[in-house]
Amino acid sequence: MAEYRKIYGLGAQFESAAALMKAAEKIRDAGFSKWDVHTPFPVHGMDKAMGLGKSWLSTPVLIGGAIGTLTATLLTFIPSWGIYPMIVHGKPFNWATLPAFFPIMFELTVLFSAFTTVFALLIMNQLPKWYHPVFNWERFSRVTDDGFFIVVEARDAKFSETKTRALLEEVGGSHVTLIHD
Amino acid sequence: MAESAVTLTTPKELERVPLVTNDRKHTWITDKVSSIVEERTPLWWWVAFLPCSLIALIGLFCIGYQISNGVGVWGENKTVGWAWDITNFVFWIGIGHAGTLISAILFLTRQKWRTSINRAAEAMTLFAVVCAGIFPGIHVGRVWMAWFLAPIPNANGIWPNFRSPLLWDVFAVSTYFTVSVLFWYTGLVPDLATLRDRAKSRVAKYLYGIFALGWRGSNRQWRHYEMAYLLLAGLSTPLVLSVHSVVSFDFATSIVPGWHTTIFPPYFVAGAIFGGFAMVLTILLPARLLYPQLDDLVTRQHVDKMSKIILLTGTIVGYAYLTELFMAYYSGNPFEKFTFFSARMGIDNPGWYAWAYYVMMFCNVISPQLFWIKSMRTNYIAVMTVCMFVNVGMWFERFVIIVTSLAQDFLPSSWRHYSPSWVEIWTFVGTFGIFLSLFLLFMRFLPMICMFEVKLVTPEADPHHEPKKEGQH
Repeated sequence: MAEYRKIYGLGAQFESAAALMKAAEKIRDAGFSKWDVHTPFPVHGMDKAMGLGKSWLSTPVLIGGAIGTLTATLLTFIPSWGIYPMIVHGKPFNWATLPAFFPIMFELTVLFSAFTTVFALLIMNQLPKWYHPVFNWERFSRVTDDGFFIVVEARDAKFSETKTRALLEEVGGSHVTLIHD
Repeated sequence: MAESAVTLTTPKELERVPLVTNDRKHTWITDKVSSIVEERTPLWWWVAFLPCSLIALIGLFCIGYQISNGVGVWGENKTVGWAWDITNFVFWIGIGHAGTLISAILFLTRQKWRTSINRAAEAMTLFAVVCAGIFPGIHVGRVWMAWFLAPIPNANGIWPNFRSPLLWDVFAVSTYFTVSVLFWYTGLVPDLATLRDRAKSRVAKYLYGIFALGWRGSNRQWRHYEMAYLLLAGLSTPLVLSVHSVVSFDFATSIVPGWHTTIFPPYFVAGAIFGGFAMVLTILLPARLLYPQLDDLVTRQHVDKMSKIILLTGTIVGYAYLTELFMAYYSGNPFEKFTFFSARMGIDNPGWYAWAYYVMMFCNVISPQLFWIKSMRTNYIAVMTVCMFVNVGMWFERFVIIVTSLAQDFLPSSWRHYSPSWVEIWTFVGTFGIFLSLFLLFMRFLPMICMFEVKLVTPEADPHHEPKKEGQH
């Protein structure tokens, strides 16, 4: 097995966030699409340098929040107006009691939105994923400390073991390494 | 888009005080914060943890004793139906609010100094809410019926009253706890990955690895991660304001003099932040003393800024106290006037709990005024002293609101004295044990400072930063 392992891609290390950003711009301009940068913290401006747009995570959260509001509306009105009307203090129990339900509607909106945020984040980031080829690269463990990396995947149409290696070195990458699956 | 602001020719800027002093490098931050978790358990930790957990056990025993014997083991009577139980509940839930303020509101307002204290403050929030949740749970008496609070279809066909502020409270507090856990854990994931990558033992690597979810710091992940963090901050901000507002509705929607006021929601929120910041400092200052390596991360600047927030919110609270007195006078309502001027202040009629009112006034309004003086805000002994006063004062605030209003209300024939029983006292003391034990465990097993966010506020994290030439890695 060890002799015949699939190539995942090429990785290169960079000195700083600034160097990484410049390199990322060049990789983007070279026309690669299946590649990624790995950093210990979010580098602001990197989305643009990689040619990525704004995260669309807010869309599912809006839907989740709306479902939360709807759930709370049904949860409060079905018992109160329908199956279990309760007259307390002589106050109304039909639609006119709406303001009294605002706190619950608000709380469930927030609760559903927060759950949607976290689950959408996990799905969009494909986490949890405890195995990933980049973890096979010994040097890569510094990514959670002070390492800045670019990894270009072999499945990218423009990938070539020699040319991509040369490109990564040209844009300032060091320790360019072949990562196996 | 954000770049365009940079290209403008800006006038010469005043140099900012660096958030991380002594120009520390990223590896230094990782090492110093992770080493707290990785080193052998220090002796002081056991010295602190054993008594705290013992006190927690006493608290748990008292809870068990109360559940098996009924609420009669507490000092409450038919007139004073709420006393230490709800005082403690409001006290603890208020403390939690500072953590959310630091993690969410200061994030939205781009207060970058929050990065080195938000993790610990959020942890404090969770543990305070755990302590808070105990009291409403057990004060219902028949704890095994507490599930009736949840709107679950049941065989009796009974539903809770959704118009009751007590039910709003159930929703508010449980949402608050859940969202705080989600927010806290989301913030932890990248740092758990750091601990995973540094772990020497297999067990530690395995456990941190599981909870780090396979995080690999890729920009395609960070992109969504940052949006998620922003959204959670945006959701937590109105949430934290709503929680203490809803807690105050428990009182404000009733007709008891001293409770029935519209000022309660903002007054409670300000008080919660005030008391919470005092508790953040109460636990962070000793932690900083025990881990001197954190001096460059939690600097005097942080203590200074938190003291300013204590001064601000303490003064708002003082203003609310005076407004209450004015409204009682201006309303002309004899019951309101009696509650404030006689029962609380003890003018013309010896109020039974007037001493508590003056303790509250001194601790919450007078003592933080010391923070007008700059040298006091950076003097740790002075800060710690004021914070202790605030901790005491905020507990007394809730005691004054709850007990003085109830003990001497409309009908003098139904006035009753109240004093706590040993069960109540030790349950309350026990919650401090639970709180501190949980916090000590947190310090031992999780990174106390959010490493990736602190790295983000160093100058090297700026992609336009020109590094000074140094030895290569």
